[in-house]
Order: sequence, then C-alpha cells, then structure tokens
Amino acid sequence: MKKQYETVIGLEVHVELATKTKIFCACSTAFGGAPNTHTCPVCTGMPGTLPVLNKQVLEYAVAVGLAMNCEITRYCKFDRKNYFYPDNPQNYQISQLYLPICRNGYVEIETEEGKKKVGIHEIHMEEDAGKLIHDEWEGCSLVDYNRSGVPLIEIVSEPDMRDAKEVIAYLEKLRMMIQYLGASDCKLQEGSMRADVNLSVREVGTEAFGTRTEMKNLNSFRAISRAIEGERERQIELLEAGNAVIQETRRWDDAKGESYAMRSKEDAQDYRYFPDPDLPPIEVDESWLEEMKAKQPEFREGKMKRYKEEYDIPEYDIEIITASKCMADLFEETVKLCGQPKKVSNWLMVETLRLLKERGMEPEDIRFSPSNLAKLIRLADEKVINSSVAKEVFEAMFDNDMDPEKYVEEKGLKTVCDEGALKKAVEEVIAANPKSVEDYRNGKEKAIGFLVGQTMKAMKGKADPGKVNEMLRGML
Amino acid sequence: MGLLELTALELSGKIKDGEATVMEAAAAVLERIKEKDSIYRCYITVDEDGLMERAAKIQGKIERGELTGPFAGVPVAVKDNMCTKGMLTTCASKMLGNFIPTYTAEAVLRLEEAGALVIGKTNMDEFAMGSTTETSAYGETKNPWDTGKVPGGSSGGSAAAVAAGECFAALGSDTGGSIRQPASFCGVVGIKPTYGTVSRYGLIAYGSSLDQIGPIGKDVADCAALLETIASYDKKDSTSLKREDTDFTSALTDDVNGMKIGIPREYFGDGLDGEVREAVLNAARALEGKGAILEEFDLSLVEYAIPAYYTIAAAEASSNLERFDGIKYGYRTADYEGLHQMYKKSRSEGFGAEVKRRIMLGSFVLSSGYYDAYYLKALKVKALIKKAFDDAFAKYDVILGPTAPTTAPVLGKSLADPIKMYLGDIYTVSMNLAGLPGISLPCGRDSGGMPIGLQLIGDCFKEKNIIRAAYAYEKARGPFGGPEGAEMGAK
Repeated sequence: MKKQYETVIGLEVHVELATKTKIFCACSTAFGGAPNTHTCPVCTGMPGTLPVLNKQVLEYAVAVGLAMNCEITRYCKFDRKNYFYPDNPQNYQISQLYLPICRNGYVEIETEEGKKKVGIHEIHMEEDAGKLIHDEWEGCSLVDYNRSGVPLIEIVSEPDMRDAKEVIAYLEKLRMMIQYLGASDCKLQEGSMRADVNLSVREVGTEAFGTRTEMKNLNSFRAISRAIEGERERQIELLEAGNAVIQETRRWDDAKGESYAMRSKEDAQDYRYFPDPDLPPIEVDESWLEEMKAKQPEFREGKMKRYKEEYDIPEYDIEIITASKCMADLFEETVKLCGQPKKVSNWLMVETLRLLKERGMEPEDIRFSPSNLAKLIRLADEKVINSSVAKEVFEAMFDNDMDPEKYVEEKGLKTVCDEGALKKAVEEVIAANPKSVEDYRNGKEKAIGFLVGQTMKAMKGKADPGKVNEMLRGML
Repeated sequence: MGLLELTALELSGKIKDGEATVMEAAAAVLERIKEKDSIYRCYITVDEDGLMERAAKIQGKIERGELTGPFAGVPVAVKDNMCTKGMLTTCASKMLGNFIPTYTAEAVLRLEEAGALVIGKTNMDEFAMGSTTETSAYGETKNPWDTGKVPGGSSGGSAAAVAAGECFAALGSDTGGSIRQPASFCGVVGIKPTYGTVSRYGLIAYGSSLDQIGPIGKDVADCAALLETIASYDKKDSTSLKREDTDFTSALTDDVNGMKIGIPREYFGDGLDGEVREAVLNAARALEGKGAILEEFDLSLVEYAIPAYYTIAAAEASSNLERFDGIKYGYRTADYEGLHQMYKKSRSEGFGAEVKRRIMLGSFVLSSGYYDAYYLKALKVKALIKKAFDDAFAKYDVILGPTAPTTAPVLGKSLADPIKMYLGDIYTVSMNLAGLPGISLPCGRDSGGMPIGLQLIGDCFKEKNIIRAAYAYEKARGPFGGPEGAEMGAK
C-alpha cells in the first residue's frame, strides 16, 4: 500500500515597518534615492556610533503582537547577531533572540474545514541590511546602505499549517491585519513582506516531525504555492527512495520552478548572539500597554459586524470591501460625505474592482479620493450626468483623481435639460426611423430601446435616457 | 614661573585676568612637545596646523566674555580612541592608520564648546586593550618619571602628557582601569565616572558596557572641573543618564569630618607591593586625621572580578571590532582574492597580537555551547559584585585602596605574560563591572622614586564623595611635584 504523507509547514515572515525613520537613527526609510544618500554615521557603522531605538518601531511591533493575541514581553532586549557580510556595516545585525517583544500568539484563518488557529511562536524587531550591487563591467561590488537600518519585524509561526492553501490564507490574514494597523504596506513584490517557508513531511498518523528545509526567495503568493508543492514532492520522493531529507536552506527559482540547496545545517554559522550592550532593556509597563491596547484599530471582523448593522449593503459586498483596509477606509470616508452606502458600495464593487483588475492594481494602489467619489455620486444622483457619462467620468477619476465637477464642466458632459432641444431630437429620430416606429406600434417593445439609443446618440450621450424613453412613448 | 607649571584652573584664571593668553599657553605646550615628545611619545597626532589661529579665536571669545568656563583657553589632549572630525583617529592601531572621522565625539564637543584647545590625540594601547601602552602600533609611550618604565595603560599617552607638561589636562577612557592605573603610574589624577555620566557617542568601543570617558589632570580640582565640563546627558547614547548633580566642583570643600571610609581587607592581601601598601595606608591615616572614620571590612568576590571582567570585555570587544573589515574605512590588505581572503588578511595584518587575543577569547566565550558556561556566568558574577558593593555602600561613603598592586613596571616586561598583566587590574576592574566612580591620585613614591596611586571608590552617582575625600587628602599631602622637578605634573 502506498504511504500517505502529511505536509508540516511553519513560516518566518519579515515585514518592513512603515516608520518614517530608521530603527536606530534618524535617516529616512524612503524607498529609492541615490545610493548612500539616506545614511549617516550610525547606519553605515562608523566607529564610535551608537544605536538609539525608534519608539515607533516598538509601538508597531506591540500593536502587531496584540492583534495576533501574543503575550507582550515586559522586559525585552536586543541582541547582536554576529556575521561578516559587506551589506551589514557593523558585521552584526541588531535583532532579538533571547527576549523577543511578543510570544505565544495565534491568528485564525478560514480553511475548507472551517476556522483554524495558526500559532505565533514569536515576533521580534530587527534592522534590515544594505544592498550589494555587483558591477560585472568593472568587476567589483558596491554597497548601498540606504536600506541599512530600516526596521523589520519577523513573525515566526508554529508549524501549524498543512498545505499551500493554509499558508496563503495565513499570509493574507497577516497582511490584512498589518495593513489595518498601518504598520506596513506588506507588498511581497517590493519586498516589504518576505516569507521563508519551513517544510517537512511525515507519514499520516506519526507524531514526530520529519526533517525540515527552509525555502527562501519567495516573491509572490504563487511562488509560495508552487514552492510548497515542489518541496513536498521532492521530500516524499527522497523518502520513498529510502533517502533522508537533509536539513538545509534552499533557494526557490520561480522561473525554473525548482529549488536548489544554499547551505546545510553543518555549514550553519554560529552567530554568537549576545545582548547588545548599547541598548538598555525595554521595560514595557502596564499603563503604556493599556494605552496601546486602547489605540488598536477596528479590525476586519469588527468592521464586518458594524457594516452589517450600520449600512444596508449585501454581505458579499461587506466581505470584499473589508478585505482591504484601503477599500474599507475609502468606503467609510465616502459614505460619511454623501450618506449613500449602497451607491458607494456599488461603485467600489463594480467599477473599481473592474478597473483594478484591468490595470493589474491592488486596492492599496487606489488614488482617487473619497471626496471626488462623493461628488461623482451626487452628480449622478442629481441627474446632472447620466449613468454612462458617470462611468466615463469615474474611469478618468480612477486614473487621475481629478475633481469630477470640474471635469464634467470642462468637457461639457452635463445632461441637456433643454426640453425643446430634446423634443427636436426625438422628432428627428422618429422621422428618420419609420421601420422602428412601425415595429413599436405593432407591439415590439424592443424597438423603443433602439429609438432611445438613436436619440442619445443624437444628443451626444448627454440626455437623461429615462426622460428620452418617456418622451418617445408619449410622442408615439 | 612658567605657564606649564600652572594647573588648568590657574591657567584659565590668568587668561581671564589678562595675565596670559591662549596663544602663549598653546605655544608653551607646543614647545614642550617639540622638546620632549620624541622621547616620551605621548602623542600620535599633534594638531599643529592652524593651532595658533584656533587659540586666537578662543582668546577673542574670552575677551568678549563669550567663554567664561574653567577650561576656556586651556590646551588639552584627547585619547586617540575618541573621534575628532577631520583629525586622524587611530585607536593606536594599524587598522585605523588612515581613518579620519566625519564627526566629533560628544565628550570632545563638550570640551570644544567650553573653549578648551585640543592640542592632539594621545597614544594608547591598541583599541584600549592593554595596561602599559605598549600594544600601540605607533610605539610605546615612556613614563616621564623614568623613561625605562611604562606609563600604564591604556590611557598612557594622556596620563604621561599631563605629567610631562605636554598638555594641561586630558581625556582618557576607562574600561577596566585605563584612566586610574596610568594616572597612578604617572603621578597625576584621573577619574572614572559613574557609567552613563559622560556620553560614549564617538568613543570607539572596546567593552561597551564598561567603557567610560573621564578626565586626567594635575590635581583633583582640575579633574572635577573637567568632568563637570564633559558630563551631560546625550540622546545619541542610549546608556547616557540624565543627572542633575554634575556640579562636581562643589565637592572641593576640604572637609571629611565624619565621612565613613571602608578599607577592604582583600585590597591589601597577597600581591600588593609593600611600599604601595604603606603609602596607601598612610593616606588613609591622613584622612582619619581630618576627621574621617576608617573601618576595615570584607569585600567578597574580589578574586572573581578579573575573570568576569576579561570575559565580558573580550566578548563585547569581539563584536565591537567586527566592523573593522577593510571594506568601509581603515586598513585593507594589498593583495587578496575574494571577499573571505580580504577579511582575513585585512584583519590579520591590521590588528596587533593583544587585540587578536581578546577577539579570539571573546568569540570563544560567545560561541554556541560555551555562552552559558562563560558569558552568562560572568554576567552573574558581575551582578554579585555589584551587590557586594551595594552592601558596602550601605555602610560607607567611600572605599579606599590602592589603584594598582605595584608602581610602573619596566618597559618590555609585561606583554610576555598576559595573565600577570591582567592580574594587575585587580583593584580597578570591579568599578567598571559595577558601574561605580573611582579616582586615583598620587599618595607617595616608592624607593625608586616612582609615584604610587591612592584609589577612592564611590557608590553610583557619588562622585562628589570621592572628590571631597580626594581633595581633602591632597590638601593634607601637600604638593606632589612632577617628574622633572617640582614645577611639573601633579600639584
């Protein structure tokens, strides 16, 4: 009988925090910038410099920990992880090993079998490294320290996930919570969220874990899913052939759809961790922690419940809108301005989602403001523009976030209210389309649609189709 | 009476009164350096270019009343492990033989803002690792009292420069006794302040949890005033402390009536030179004569201080010195293939033997499998030592003992036996482990004429107690004199 295998997966997720300045100095964390322009003596490891903790980093880390039901360490320390590499100017990374800020939490994910808790082993704070640039032409390597000292948190899960779907659900949940907190934008492609996958397989029914590998260089959910499938198969093949899985770090090559070994456990460095003597221990006191708890935002579950009570919109809409903090904020702000939840929701659910998909964008990339959307809704409500013009204006607004009132004015898109002009157009359409008029009079309801269309065309789209319909029927 | 015979405070008084100028003081010091430093080698760098212009600028500010502090116009020296913008800062290592910092250490900035004239950078043990200034890559400094002897270390250049009149006062740094021991060997005064009193920003780290910058001067008053000048909270140093009580000169009262002084028996046991013992006990009796109450007591754990200190200091050093890799600044080997070899050769060639020894020792005690047995145990010892001092300071205002077991040893005899050299730190390292302030001041000379140091130790933040006791003793002792006749050195 063929053996049945179970996959056991744990994740190490690095999240770049959205602070304005670096973790241990006042340099900007802004992306881009000419090499070594966002640097100072501290983040380039000049002799004699000292780190000073950016308190916002601690606040974000604690906020994330609270959201993930963690215990907050009341006496926490930074440790030095010692290793030589040129992207690391001090040749040690300031991180946390012995007393990380958060421990023993969980997040709840939805699986096909229902809700499931994924344990959070710990969350710790650390600094990012610089970037090495290999100049093949000159045959040398250059280093850019702009990213050196950018704050990160590392979220280490328990080995609680069993397949790629659960892993993706877990990552999506993490991303959503962190976005709700405003602690990071969590973009995998840009590297502000990076996941390493620890995976092992074991025969169904056994308790002991198999030997695990760690997979790096996973830049998208798709790559993560493929890497998990690939690694599961690779390990099962090894075991079936009577070979052992070697504990090692592997690098995923998404283009080739396979991984290769980077280093084995035997080559693992001794990082000689010890408490950083330059940073005094952090003592988290009760009152500050209470303040932090009180400052926690409303998360998705809370929003969904409230939306149901406050706004009369379908549950499906609620689910989609609250799946992104950006979308939810946009929804609420716009409703606050125009007071029409149903219409706002429609714009988001139909046109916004359509354009996001067409443009290959994420909700976080939405540029138009709530006030402009509210204005557009009012223009349509007051029949200043008709619905097809409204869609056209929306698309322009989606791309350029311009003021729809001005746009309608400038482009002359207002619905024509001049009864005389409309009547004249209708008469001309009736005269020019005797066949359709005939059909309509013979009971062909469809013919009226054609006549409305012709009238709208004659009016260059700037008429109220309802009114045109009404007038046509009257005149026929 | 020449300017060089004055203390720093006397000099600044004369400048203020118009009886001397900053330029005259600078010229006198410069002349002295030219005359003597080829023998003593106190300095690695003398900042001669533009010195007179800087002196004239300060003179102008003093005349306009913009600078009024006790160090305005006083030529001072800075140990070469403190960063000075635009001025070579070597840590006495080949590794930093070409390193010119882009910023100035906070303590040096405080000095400059007070109008002190920085003359140059003094010699030291490489990266402050050593007790003799012989591990310097730029040659050893010689003790001005006897050029066949060491000046002590690691701030040997600073202490010798003060003793030889090559500056009026100097900054040193003290990780395990590196201010107090050379002060003792050179017959001058040095204070290691409470950890956190002087900013470490810009001090090239050796043992971060132990390092502290402090003053070396001709007498207690100069040191108190210099410490007052450089002590300040610095938000760039997370271990810096906010203190309200840094008016150290207010403790120069010559009054020890009723002061309780504890004398630890362990500081007078085996290994202590008989002449040193006699001189230190005489000093105690002098304080008793002024109304202080002496009491012997048992300070436990003294024998564990050295191993705990060398474990912790080496561990921190092994990590602190990782940044010297030949990539960003400092020495890079000429020929290499690939990154790994560049690291290896640059560091092998750039660091001296004592530094390598401590890096290896520190790397070992932090290694996986040894961390608990060595590093963590040393931290526990550190905590117990602190506790022993807490108990002692519940009873005494000041603890009195020798600074070092002997007077300055002969040049060239120490490095061959590092363990013996390490044991010479027995009376000083505990204060660094416990974060306590300590002062060393001259209390006599041995039969060879070499100065003997008296150490007074205070509880955390109680610099005023040790300054008060030291000042009272100094008054009782009378002028100490200098290596080249009575006019130089300690007053």
